[in-house]
Amino acid sequence: FFQYCLSGHPTLPCNVLKFKSTTIMLDCGLDMTSTLNFLPMPLVQSPRLSKLPGWVLKDGSTFLDKELKECSGHVFVDSVPEFCLPETELLDLSTVDVILISNYHCMMALPYITEYTGFTGTVYATEPTVQIGRLLMEELVNSIERVPKAQSASMWKNKEVQRLLPAPLKDAVEVSMWRKCYTMPEVNAALSKIQLVGYSQKIELFGAVQVTPLSSGYALGSSNWIIQSHYEKVSYVSGSSLLTTHPQPMDQASLKNSDVLILTGLTQIPTANPDGMVGEFCSNLAMTVRNGGNVLVPCYPSGVIYDLLECLYQYIDSAGLSNVPFYFISPVANSSLEFSQIFAEWLCHNKQTKVYLPEPPFPHAELIQTNKLKHYPSIHGDFSNDFKQPCVVFTGHPSLRFGDVVHFMELWGKSSLNTVIFTEPDFSYLDALAPYQPLAMKCVYCPIDTRLNFIQVSKLLKEVQPLHVVCPEQYTQPPPTQSHRTDLMIDCQPPPMSYRRAEVLTLPYKRRYEKIEIMPEVSN
Amino acid sequence: LVCLCLHPGAGQDVGRSCILVSIAGKNVMLDCGMHMGYNDDRRFPDFSYITQNGRLTDFLDCVIISHFHLDHCGALPYFSEMVGYDGPIYMTHPTKAICPILLEDYRKITVDKKGETNFFTSQMIKDCMKKVVAVHLHQTVQVDEELEIKAYYAGHVLGAAMFQIKVGCESVVYTGDYNMTPDRHLGAAWIDKCRPDLLISESTYATTIRDSKRCRERDFLKKVHETVERGGKVLIPVFALGRAQELCILLETFWERMNLKAPIYFSTGLTEKANHYYKLFITWTNQKIRKTFVQRNMFEFKHIKAFDRAFADNPGPMVVFATPGMLHAGQSLQIFRKWAGNEKNMVIMPGYCVQGTVGHKILSGQRKLEMEGRQILEVKMQVEYMSFSAHADAKGIMQLIRQAEPRNVLLVHGEAKKMEFLKQKIEQEFHVNCYMPANGETTTIFTNPSIPVDISLGLLKRETAIGLLPDAKKPKLMHGTLIMKDNSFRLVSPEQALKELGLAEHQLRFTCRVHIQDPRKEHETVLRVYNHLKGVLKDYSVQHLPDGSITVESILIQATAHSEDQGTKVLLVSWTYQDEELGSYLTSLLKKGLPQSTA
Repeated sequence: FFQYCLSGHPTLPCNVLKFKSTTIMLDCGLDMTSTLNFLPMPLVQSPRLSKLPGWVLKDGSTFLDKELKECSGHVFVDSVPEFCLPETELLDLSTVDVILISNYHCMMALPYITEYTGFTGTVYATEPTVQIGRLLMEELVNSIERVPKAQSASMWKNKEVQRLLPAPLKDAVEVSMWRKCYTMPEVNAALSKIQLVGYSQKIELFGAVQVTPLSSGYALGSSNWIIQSHYEKVSYVSGSSLLTTHPQPMDQASLKNSDVLILTGLTQIPTANPDGMVGEFCSNLAMTVRNGGNVLVPCYPSGVIYDLLECLYQYIDSAGLSNVPFYFISPVANSSLEFSQIFAEWLCHNKQTKVYLPEPPFPHAELIQTNKLKHYPSIHGDFSNDFKQPCVVFTGHPSLRFGDVVHFMELWGKSSLNTVIFTEPDFSYLDALAPYQPLAMKCVYCPIDTRLNFIQVSKLLKEVQPLHVVCPEQYTQPPPTQSHRTDLMIDCQPPPMSYRRAEVLTLPYKRRYEKIEIMPEVSN
Repeated sequence: LVCLCLHPGAGQDVGRSCILVSIAGKNVMLDCGMHMGYNDDRRFPDFSYITQNGRLTDFLDCVIISHFHLDHCGALPYFSEMVGYDGPIYMTHPTKAICPILLEDYRKITVDKKGETNFFTSQMIKDCMKKVVAVHLHQTVQVDEELEIKAYYAGHVLGAAMFQIKVGCESVVYTGDYNMTPDRHLGAAWIDKCRPDLLISESTYATTIRDSKRCRERDFLKKVHETVERGGKVLIPVFALGRAQELCILLETFWERMNLKAPIYFSTGLTEKANHYYKLFITWTNQKIRKTFVQRNMFEFKHIKAFDRAFADNPGPMVVFATPGMLHAGQSLQIFRKWAGNEKNMVIMPGYCVQGTVGHKILSGQRKLEMEGRQILEVKMQVEYMSFSAHADAKGIMQLIRQAEPRNVLLVHGEAKKMEFLKQKIEQEFHVNCYMPANGETTTIFTNPSIPVDISLGLLKRETAIGLLPDAKKPKLMHGTLIMKDNSFRLVSPEQALKELGLAEHQLRFTCRVHIQDPRKEHETVLRVYNHLKGVLKDYSVQHLPDGSITVESILIQATAHSEDQGTKVLLVSWTYQDEELGSYLTSLLKKGLPQSTA
């Protein structure tokens, strides 16, 4: 039994398991932090960004000045942004039999795998995962395709050249694996290979292995997976949460008696308490608006935004914000708000009870009805007529490199009345802001990551008692910036087996029995 | 072994469904319906059939409700709260959401309007629903360690499901009501090839092979249109949820296309609520509606408005959807009484009506009805029947059997004559037993389950390595010792079994004499035997030992001359019990004699 580790990103995993002669890919996360090295793509011609000087090497040579630009003291690639793919050379990906998806954030590399590697298998995911995953992909493709960029830089990727570049470009890893965004036809083709599954559904693979998705409590339809034969059990835990937000609670009991538990997708901000962050989010938002400023919230079109809107729903009247318009701008804003209301069966108990009444489970239905929340596909069209300030804008992309958010950064960045509040934990906010410096606008960092923290992990492991734990190497040592915090790592006995990108692990099993059936004639 | 007992109500009488299944020691009750045609005790199943003494909770392992129609769940509060049952009740989420509303509605009609007593209360409905566990489609629900159930999409109404009940290797599939053709708002029923020992299928439309849906719809629209054109009123009795939405979508699009102005009403306060359920549970509707719901929600109607009782006396044409669907009580019956006397009007019954209801009476041609208080109501309005209930027809039932591949089929919820015809068809085409028990009749079905055992990996590897190359297509005989202990079965090697149980080993040896006609000396005979065996058994180790004996693996062969006849040699073949297969093969080989010497 082997595990091939194709991604080094602990929250955007991509592993391949060889288990009883079936080849199973667990998630295919797409590392988008690579886009931080690129210049933002403005929707409206930006005089500032279009007049940036080309970068000149120390020796004065200028051959890179078309590809690299200097901006706010940093060097950026002036090209269509690119993403870092999972490893494709470690094993022949056309031999993968099935792909199991745990949540919509962990499927963003799917079109690269299903459309470019000769993959002929089946992908399994829950219905909300597929529907919301489609929205995330649609938004991504849309925001990149609507700003056509003629140039595609590749010279800087040459190993000899890259050596000469300033940090962080010099240290960017796997640049040869960076690829441009896929297209909508590729997204549709990839999604057509998905078979929908429900929680606790037992799916037989070739009669040899049984896989089962379990609720993981992190997002709508998010799942952990059990991969088992009669006598071996591997639990794959990816992006789980024990907090009570909108999704169905995590199913912990079914993870018991695992031989191996693969643990990925823990919180990226282990020191921040999500509840506290939500409180800070609300108070910063209220303060800015009261002072006549605008609030920008760079976010994904689904997920935490539902919880934020719910908090604001309870908060705006008491905070005297009832007349402040809230805008949600995304090509998929409407779909996301509509879809959130129809997945009753995947929601927490309280929300389910509301559906039984029957009322919409999320209060943003009421915010829309009362015109407090308005949604638009983009800043163009209706929005420009309705736009009133001061206001609050939710829009993507959290990397601040593409999408409508770029426009608001350029528009509001110069005034200290305005605030940008970072809630998504996937990107370092300082790196995200780098090409916009110097900024007069206030920046507040309230990362809300509801995934398991290390205290919850150690409790979980004590509870389910797996024989072996496998995890990304990042979880076996304290975070690099807080090396004294030995509490911010996984602590279990025996110590976890760790993996890093492009490694192959041999998983320990001790199997003594196999299941067979005796014909009734024999027993007589 | 599956034993099955049917309750009064279901089985050869479309009335109420309530079936008890005993499978491998587990007792499961399927549906808990009431009979719409009765107003007395007969409307509920007689639960004393289940167990005369002792509590139902102790006897039943679980109750499963297939969908929210009252003939499938109407007796549930009576059963759980008045008779007494505290175990789990399983149903899908939409059923769990809608079922209490219909029960409450029904309770109001019965108790508040008709003034009946000895009926369940609102609180009882609430308490009953607390015992309900909602299940997802395809989720495997572990009721206890041995019993598991799984729901499949049935397409009959919103949230309708078929259920697989499984204990070990034995399984039953109960279809509830289902529909094999997708319609305007629901998808088609689907099940995988789960090969149950028994498929319990409804057979409401056992003999009907229905004409195309398109024709039926056109016919329906034509009739409604004509009536409205000549100024008549159309009454369509429906249940608040189900066909109502299907027909509303149909009329809505027709009104839109033809630019009609006559008002369409939907009675009872349930309408808006009902449509909300459809919007929130849109994942249970068909592909097309699911795909387009963001742009256009099919359950937001422009032409259909809420009905007020006063509207019934308005002059001019109108179309009214009114509940309940069988004209046995409530608003539909009130409107019917008002409009029945005018031949310009029309009532369209879009579904099946149970015996005893006004709906059933007018459909069977009765034109003079005796109403409460001995009053006679003369029906002059036109009466039309159009089957829009989403039940599978004969073709659909056959299709489901083809999908699931059951070993036995049992038909319920249909009329005896029609079921007989279908039964023959099923037996002919699928060569499986088909049953159609009468009410209260018990059907016993014998199954032949394989016995799952654990085999030690060492033994499995050793046994598959022995002998010729393994051929996946051919059965292979394996040897091992079966240890039965604490309800578990393990197949291990004899050595391990002896060790575990602390037993001494005894050897059992077989010896067989084979006579061979050969005048040569003994050692020459031995040599011939050796060469022969070596030639035939290429994959075995055949050895000629210095003491003059031959071994084939561990089997020993010795030759002696016959004491009386020197021309006959006696071969002694000796093997242990473990080598029985090879030993008996060798003996029979040698009995055929040696080939003529070619040397």
